[in-house]
Amino acid sequence: MALRAVAINPRWPGGIVAGLVLALTLGTLCAVGLRADFLAGLGVADWAAVRFTVLQALVSALVSCLLAIPVARALARRQFRGRSAIITLLGAPFLLPVIVAVLGLLSVFGRNGIVNNALSAVGLPEVSIYGFHGVVLAHVFFNMPLVTRFILQGWLAIPSERFRLAASLGAPVGRLLEWPMLRSVLPSAFLVVFLICLTSFAVALTLGGGPKATTVELAIYQALRFDFDLGRAALLALLQFGICAIAAIFAWSATQRDEGGAGLDRAVQRWDGGVKRDAIIIVLAALFLLLPLGMIVVRGVAGIPELTVDIWRAALRSILVAVSSAVLCTGFALALALRGGRLASVVGVLPLAASSLVVGTGLFLIVYPFVNPARLALPITMLVNAVLALPFVLRSIGPAVAKVEADFGRLGTSLGLSSRVWTWRIVLPRLRQPLGFGAGLAAALSMGDLGVIALFAGDAQETLPLAMYRLMGAYRMEAAAAAALLLVAVSFSLFWFFDRGGQIGAQDK
Amino acid sequence: MQKPLILTAAAAFAMASPALAETPVLTVLTYDSFTSDWGPGPVVEAAFEETCACDLQFVGAGDGAALLARLQLEGPRTDADIVLGLDTNLTAAARDTGLFAPHGVTADLALPIAWDDTEFLPFDWGYFAFVGNAGADAPTSLRALADSDIKIVIQDPRSSTPGLGLLMWVQAAYGEDAPALWADLADNIVTVTPGWSEAYGLFLEGEADAVLSYTTSPAYHLIAEEDDSKVAWAFDEGHYLQVEVAGKVAATDTPELADTFMAFMASEPFQSVIATTNWMYPAVTPAAGLPAGFETLITPQKALLLSPEDALSIRPTALEAWRSALSQ
Amino acid sequence: MVLKINNLSLVQGDFSLRADIVCDAGVTAVMGPSGAGKSTLLAAIAGFIAPTGGQMAFAGREFTDLTPAERPVSMLFQDNNLFPHLTIAENVGLGLRGELRLSGQEKEAVAQAIVDVGLEGLAARKPAALSGGQQSRAALARVLLAGRPIVLLDEPFAALGPRLKDEMLDLVRERLIPKGQIVLMVSHDPNDVKRIADQVCLVAEGRVSAAKPTDEIFENPPDALRAYLGDMG
Repeated sequence: MALRAVAINPRWPGGIVAGLVLALTLGTLCAVGLRADFLAGLGVADWAAVRFTVLQALVSALVSCLLAIPVARALARRQFRGRSAIITLLGAPFLLPVIVAVLGLLSVFGRNGIVNNALSAVGLPEVSIYGFHGVVLAHVFFNMPLVTRFILQGWLAIPSERFRLAASLGAPVGRLLEWPMLRSVLPSAFLVVFLICLTSFAVALTLGGGPKATTVELAIYQALRFDFDLGRAALLALLQFGICAIAAIFAWSATQRDEGGAGLDRAVQRWDGGVKRDAIIIVLAALFLLLPLGMIVVRGVAGIPELTVDIWRAALRSILVAVSSAVLCTGFALALALRGGRLASVVGVLPLAASSLVVGTGLFLIVYPFVNPARLALPITMLVNAVLALPFVLRSIGPAVAKVEADFGRLGTSLGLSSRVWTWRIVLPRLRQPLGFGAGLAAALSMGDLGVIALFAGDAQETLPLAMYRLMGAYRMEAAAAAALLLVAVSFSLFWFFDRGGQIGAQDK
Repeated sequence: MQKPLILTAAAAFAMASPALAETPVLTVLTYDSFTSDWGPGPVVEAAFEETCACDLQFVGAGDGAALLARLQLEGPRTDADIVLGLDTNLTAAARDTGLFAPHGVTADLALPIAWDDTEFLPFDWGYFAFVGNAGADAPTSLRALADSDIKIVIQDPRSSTPGLGLLMWVQAAYGEDAPALWADLADNIVTVTPGWSEAYGLFLEGEADAVLSYTTSPAYHLIAEEDDSKVAWAFDEGHYLQVEVAGKVAATDTPELADTFMAFMASEPFQSVIATTNWMYPAVTPAAGLPAGFETLITPQKALLLSPEDALSIRPTALEAWRSALSQ
Repeated sequence: MVLKINNLSLVQGDFSLRADIVCDAGVTAVMGPSGAGKSTLLAAIAGFIAPTGGQMAFAGREFTDLTPAERPVSMLFQDNNLFPHLTIAENVGLGLRGELRLSGQEKEAVAQAIVDVGLEGLAARKPAALSGGQQSRAALARVLLAGRPIVLLDEPFAALGPRLKDEMLDLVRERLIPKGQIVLMVSHDPNDVKRIADQVCLVAEGRVSAAKPTDEIFENPPDALRAYLGDMG
């Protein structure tokens, strides 16, 4: 006796998307590999890089998840003014371009930062941010808020009746309700963070303090840029996919399925105290996020008059790219989520393990014989950004799609709804909230991305992050800081616009 | 909904690049900051187009190393007629591609060394140097720096041209003793950044006492910002040179125009803008001399430079020595 | 025009169910202990579960291999019978042909079905604006409009109070039976069964037994029913 799948789910769009993702990740890797002469295998230094990469990614993911649990718990339990602002802010660090975030972090934790200035004012020795702990700190800054949001979604999906039941029975809420929820949410959140950190390059190097902190991605960069050793780059990229595959298998085997998908505006009513502790946790988390963000604002404001028309034009171009990427990406994610199955899960994490340098180089090799790459810079950037953001959007809408299928799949099937009506009129309206969040993430991620455009862009296609780097490269640090502020402001507005847009009139039930 | 957006966008860009069939187009592949609004690109383009009856198009591709990688990716089918912005650490590999033709230009080069490369012609040059704050303790040699507790930021030689420059500097100055110097320098290095911009940004934020840059960097602050608080440190061992060159692509479809550009590159209109746009020394001293402010810069007693071939062959061992010294 | 279920076997893990029944027009109640497989049987008839063997046919035409939408079957579930973000009219209209764009004639039919179940004037509302009883009526209106000969009720009225539930059962009786539809209804409540069902099928110990007239089965309940009903019978 077999359960029939929801047959009215359209399958071919998901198939096309899966093909596209495979082409952009593994296909580009093949394109690089085909051009390569495989001279030598990997050396001692490469394996040292692999060890460091995996270790820092493991620790970063672990710390991000562990710290996110109490923050999500506190936010789930408490209702206060500014709560929804904090929840929205949780999206912010993740969206920052790396160098902007690093400079923001340094103005708090650096040699000349707030913390060290305070320490030396009271006569205590300075602490250095550079080293393994610095890499982890930065990765936690980027990813802990994201995990918090994922867990918060899980927490709020636990029906409040169950908390009431547990309270009336005097049963331990943690073991009965929270642990099973965490078992279902944490492994995949851990996987996502692990993979993000796996492909880290500038953060690891800049804060790592030296060549000890070499990641595989840096080795790829070196192979592509300095040694022009395509074979080594392809091998290293393959290695990165291999690590991703192992991590994914671990995470999936540790995951227990659970239903999810509730709003974020509701606080879970609880009867187990701890108001003071929750308040302290929320304040600490907010400070950790807001101080570096605030410093970015402070650094940038002075330079705003220095922003030329070209910078504003680059900003507009970036917005166009970001919005298009977001639309594409949510379409891709919806198609994949409706198709479901193993293929969707695999395709949903592959982009995280892809080296954007290898993707860019492979695409260049594929496109170059046919058309001038500079001419395709923006469309390709849109497409690649959409694919690279796919894992996050898929992660965001997946549970909601599953819930619509569970609730209405049989009804829709027995009514004989066409795939079109089912997708557009039944599924889509019920996904507004996670789609909004996902689209916001995709837009903002695309806004800050630099990976692919750098290889393709001619002059006419300069995006805001590229413009910011070019300003820095021309000694114009103050203008660059202002461009960074503009970048942060625009990214965040886009994120806010989509995220809020998804919540307005989201559900009639 | 989604497709039309992309198509519209693609169409918009297709239109953005002028399709002037009758005007010959000269494509110059260069690094990003050369073509930026503040770089030499716009002025050079205007000046050259005044006389050439052509359309000069710059294509920016990252930094010098990315430029070479881009050229290698494109191979013999490249659209580029000129490649502008390689340095002597890269010219050996560039020569090995077999893509370049002799430039045939003779110019009165104002380089501190003799130049006899027939394929690559310098357009500017500079000395690597550590840049620190005026008034602070300034070491007088690499050795003194390594023995001090001064904090510096450097770039990674695996991802950045200045980073590679420092590697060669130490190599040229210390030869077999280079690993020992790196070992002593290790505790001075706050961090290693992927590129010049990150390092310079960190230095300006006060994360380090000095940063690896150029002797000409203080000129930017002095001339553009009227700020004399940044100084380059003169070192006894001598300073490593960066010579930035351009080459003519052998397979160019407009060889005469490419030759014209190479000659133009050594001429007054090009050379006179280099100092205050690229913040380097022009390869040919302009008629009016260097801009005011450049006279305040340090002039190293000794210029160090490895030949392109030596720079290429020595790189793997030098990198390994650097890596193991700094990984301790 | 009968529903004929011949040698049907449903297997999942160590659960298995065999069914051999014939249903005529009118209401057939499906009774049995929890977990015996009443809902499983309905899900198989509706086409959500593929049987491991046997045939199902209506009016001599087999539908075992058809998709749920192709079967001559409408079904009401325990919950989620209405899409919350669509209006009552849209929800009801889906019964016609799974489309939201309807012709003028079709719209009239929808309006009539809504009136027939006593929801006049509520067509433009969303389900959340209706009471539980009204929501059940709306779902029933869709079944009416679909006009499929077999109607499966998997306890759709279980959440309603006794009076509302009785009203709904009466509505089923009034509106569906005169049209000659075959209604299969899962029930736990002997009163409901006595109120509306013409015959009863027992689901117990892995078997669906042939239907027997309601009076007969309650007068002389088989062991399985007696055990299940306890004192209530």
